[in-house]
Amino acid sequence: MTTAMKAKAAPRTGVDWFLLLIKSVMFFFIATGVLLFIFQQIDPGNPIASRLNDDATGLTADQFEGLVIAGLSQGAMYGLIALGYSMVYGVLGFINFAHGEVFMVGAMTGMITSNKLHEAGAWESNFVPSLLFIVLLSIVVSTLTAVVMERVAYRPLRGSPRLIPLITSIGVSFFIQNVSVVLLGPGAKSYPALPDWLSKKRDIWFISIEGTRLLVVLVAAVSMVGLWYLVERTKTGKAMRAVAEDKEIASLMGINVNRIIVTTFAVGGAMAGVAGILWGIMFRSVIHTTGFLPGIKAFSAAVVGGIGNLNGAMAGGLSLGSAEAIAPLVILEPWGVSGVSQLRDAVAFSVLILVLLVKPTGLFGERLSSEDRG
Amino acid sequence: MTDTTVLAPARGVLDQDWRKIVNYGLLLALAEVFIALANMPVGLDDFILIEPILSLGYVSLLWLPLLLGYSIGTEKVLEGVTSHAKGAREVVAGACVGLIGGGGVSGLVLLLDNFDLRDPLVNWSPQLLALLAFDNGVGYGVGVWLAIGGGLGLLGGSMHLIAPLARRVVSTMVLAVVGVAVLETILSDIAEDLFLEWLADWIYFIRGGVSLHGAATVAVVAGAYAVWGSKAVKGAKASYQALEGVERKQANKVSIAVVVAATILLPLVLGKITNELLANVGLFLLLALGLNIVIGLAGILDLGYVAFFAVGGYTTAILTSPNRGDSWPTWIPQVWWVVALMLVIVLAGLTGLFIGAPVIRMRGDYLAIVTLGFGEIIRLLFLSDWLGGFTGGAQGVTNVPGVQVFGLANVRGTDPRAVFYLVAFFCAIAIYVSWRLEKSRIGRAWMAVREDESVAEAMGINTVNVKLLAFVVGAVLASFSGAIFAAKVGSVFPTSFIILVSIVILIVVIVGGMGNIAGVVAGSVVLIGVLGGPKQPGLLQEFSEFKLLIYGALLVWMMLKRPEGLIPNVRRTRELHQDEFLQDAWLKGQIDEGDETGDGGEVAPA
Amino acid sequence: MSGERLLTINNLSVTFGGLHALRELDFHVDEGEIVSVIGPNGAGKTTFFNMISGMVTPTSGEIIFENQSLIGLDPNQVTARGIARTFQNVRLFANMTILENVMVAQHCRTKQGLWGALFQTSSFKREEEEIREWGEKVLGFFGTRLVGYRLDQPASVLSYANRRRLEIARAMATKPTILLLDEPVAGMNPKESEELTRLIGELRSEWGFTIVMIEHDMGVVRDVSDRVVVLDHGETIAQGSYEEVSTNPDVIEAYLGRPAEEAS
Repeated sequence: MTTAMKAKAAPRTGVDWFLLLIKSVMFFFIATGVLLFIFQQIDPGNPIASRLNDDATGLTADQFEGLVIAGLSQGAMYGLIALGYSMVYGVLGFINFAHGEVFMVGAMTGMITSNKLHEAGAWESNFVPSLLFIVLLSIVVSTLTAVVMERVAYRPLRGSPRLIPLITSIGVSFFIQNVSVVLLGPGAKSYPALPDWLSKKRDIWFISIEGTRLLVVLVAAVSMVGLWYLVERTKTGKAMRAVAEDKEIASLMGINVNRIIVTTFAVGGAMAGVAGILWGIMFRSVIHTTGFLPGIKAFSAAVVGGIGNLNGAMAGGLSLGSAEAIAPLVILEPWGVSGVSQLRDAVAFSVLILVLLVKPTGLFGERLSSEDRG
Repeated sequence: MTDTTVLAPARGVLDQDWRKIVNYGLLLALAEVFIALANMPVGLDDFILIEPILSLGYVSLLWLPLLLGYSIGTEKVLEGVTSHAKGAREVVAGACVGLIGGGGVSGLVLLLDNFDLRDPLVNWSPQLLALLAFDNGVGYGVGVWLAIGGGLGLLGGSMHLIAPLARRVVSTMVLAVVGVAVLETILSDIAEDLFLEWLADWIYFIRGGVSLHGAATVAVVAGAYAVWGSKAVKGAKASYQALEGVERKQANKVSIAVVVAATILLPLVLGKITNELLANVGLFLLLALGLNIVIGLAGILDLGYVAFFAVGGYTTAILTSPNRGDSWPTWIPQVWWVVALMLVIVLAGLTGLFIGAPVIRMRGDYLAIVTLGFGEIIRLLFLSDWLGGFTGGAQGVTNVPGVQVFGLANVRGTDPRAVFYLVAFFCAIAIYVSWRLEKSRIGRAWMAVREDESVAEAMGINTVNVKLLAFVVGAVLASFSGAIFAAKVGSVFPTSFIILVSIVILIVVIVGGMGNIAGVVAGSVVLIGVLGGPKQPGLLQEFSEFKLLIYGALLVWMMLKRPEGLIPNVRRTRELHQDEFLQDAWLKGQIDEGDETGDGGEVAPA
Repeated sequence: MSGERLLTINNLSVTFGGLHALRELDFHVDEGEIVSVIGPNGAGKTTFFNMISGMVTPTSGEIIFENQSLIGLDPNQVTARGIARTFQNVRLFANMTILENVMVAQHCRTKQGLWGALFQTSSFKREEEEIREWGEKVLGFFGTRLVGYRLDQPASVLSYANRRRLEIARAMATKPTILLLDEPVAGMNPKESEELTRLIGELRSEWGFTIVMIEHDMGVVRDVSDRVVVLDHGETIAQGSYEEVSTNPDVIEAYLGRPAEEAS
């Protein structure tokens, strides 16, 4: 019976009142922002809108659609990375802060290989096999990184207080970033150009979407289905769930706990590798810090969706991605905030904070063993 | 460990754990290749340690075979398990490990000669090849590295055979020579001011590096110290610890007086660059002391600690600079730094409350990420166009005047010595605060919360308030550092307040030893002083390329091998090694002699 | 010899996700009483303690202590009102010294803050002295077990039995009216538990505490309890003196199970 189980009654202490105040202010801010946005859409020249923001123009339907699609495809990528955080948290109960770096390693591997293929001419002449090859290689390298990380840095710490592996993973993250700096140099590196047929915009049904974004969404969907199959339908998946529930009992039931944990890291690493390539072909640029912000945001996505819950991780990714794409223009701009696109990251973190304040178990509920909830 | 442990006879030379040897060897080879490709040998080649034979570049490749050659032979001494005497077996094992490692470098030489991988690997260069081959052709390089690896491994392994005293002498000598060489700038600086220039000239070569006769001198002195001196030091330490009551208090007072005197006198004999270094150490020490209260005493992992540093810096800059953003109403006066500091304290405290209140009920790991988010949000807000009118956006706030000490002096960045004194004053305050609070009702409540939050709550501690207080005290200490930082640098930019700063402070606290003031001081001096801060150069400027890499590796290594830090806090050590500690104590029958049937081996869940 | 009614619990229920941990429980304690709560494993005894001490909020029902409701109070507020507890699985502050363990427990009875600690005011020093004296006094209750050189040792070096003693001392240090002891003699040998049984009696007679105790050891229950309450499946199935309860067929059934033919 942990304290987490108790349901909090009405606010009692100063802190509670303060939190209630923050929540109400945020709610007011968001609701009013949205309302203002709607007014602005109806009539950009209306007195309230123009008072708060002189050059309020509103968004066209196309712009809005573009934002949603950009947000969702970005979110799908967060979701892919978030799966790794969520699985490790579900099974081991700690935040693998360095998971973002696994993603960066995947993106870097893709960058190196695709440039080599580009030099050899294969990138242009045989694009699809080349792409498959770099995805495969990136999966292998990312998986290896994740597995080695577990073996070297986390396994010896199993069973220590939960902040210890977290601090260690911060060190691992820092280390991997700087390994990339000293080996590959500090500057940003680019992917070779993509063929036109992939990058051009195309109309599907009633929406128009860039091919790369479509690819991101499709790959994310396929990976999600694959993961669902692995976790829900295979013996390994069953073992994983058992280990997540109770490691000791699982090992008494004849499950090789170490192997399951390694598998968890490997699967998470593979997902991050795929996400790394998707990042590469979408933004065509990687740098050693590429893993940091997407990593933190993916973790936020996992928390928003309910940590340990795989569907939640993907849903959290999609919500966070769209929120950070849409909220600056829909909520902040009507309030007259200038330069809203600079505040995207701040919005993403605010979403995390808000969700933790309002519903600490995430939008879709946690899946954790009781010992991890404390 | 006692000296009276009976050892089993040494094992045969061939009775090896071959798998372990291969693992160690491959690890060594990998590490050597990594170090080579990370540009350490080439980048550090200009840093001469001993003229003309040894540069830091080569040392970066040489220390590992020695260390691993030694450590393959060490066994964990376990209570109740027989240990074997050391013999030729350990030497052979060391040599094998070294040989495999040397083979790694040799392989790299061959690869460098035959392939061009410069495209992804920026340091894949002819210079590296030339350096690894000693400018003497590939075949020579391959052979020599095998020999060096095997030889150093053998040397490392044979360290087991010599008497502990000899081992201590050798290691002290090596460390002393390397230390004297590495600390050349600061040591010759001090020597000059103490009219010991002749000594510096004797030890150091003109263009940097220790001369051969200098190295010999240092080695002899260090060796002599290891034989006779260290015993005297240990004796003094023991007799100090044996002191009790009033005498102990007096001894403490004397040692505090010595430290204070040294802090005041040392900068007088140091040059500008070294004082600048000390000022940076002080700034980070101030931050680390604050974070130590938050994480070391109250057990809250705050990754957004830089936010309070930023609040301190920006508030000071905006209040004292004529060049603050345009959006401020004109009636806000430009004030003295000391006056600004009052507002800084208030604002930092409020920020602490504002950030602390939402996160304080979260579980520890969520709290870490959310505070990190807050740290980023604050930086992004300072950077944004939205608040740019107030904070200067990316251009920051410039023209921050120095600190007017009641018209007596103007402390600013151009006078690092004065800055150091200012920082040292605030560090003294921070140390006093940490020390007094730790031994008070509030400090005990913090520790209880760190140990077990729900029990602390059940014992009548309002954990929310207590944790918030830790947050606020930490915030105020960090804001002091920010205020001095703004005055010292003369400007503040959002790039000075990136998350990296939080992480570096965290590393300083952890490497030094959480919850321990002496440890935090040592951590700041060693890390910030020698390697440098996130943007500030340290004593070893040549290392700036690698310092973050080293920080990351150090953090992981510390957590794995020595989570209690350099200078451990006895309590934290027990907490982190509780199982081992209890097990050993149980085997020795040391737990609780008073109880006939104490089931001492059992560990109560923390 | 029991005095005023101290604690009244009416109709208390709690459910965890559809599982009834406690169901419509009624309970009361009078001043100066020693009440034992017994019942088979999983009967909801520890949940019952968690609920009184504010660590779990009940789904329905009321808890009234000294004529005021405890519902919705945080554990620290409950402790401040005068109810202190120990834990079944001994949860000391293992890396704080023995003395600090009892000193920190007086947190809610003391009030010096930052100011006093930083400026070493005379009231701060006086309060520290009082905290220390009271801490040493409660430790002294256990004879030589916890005093002397041990005061500055971390609690983690203590034997199991001494940890239990220290936990009781820590609860005593909060200056409570009611002590909730969760299996105080578990894991002790007969000699130790006999000694502790005597001490529990002294806790009432000399220190004036009212005691509610969860215990499995029937010998201890028989020796000290004024009244015994039996829980099973979250319900009170019997209460009364030890003799009444120990012969009650419902209680025997709860402990030993139903005869086979009825169960199926």
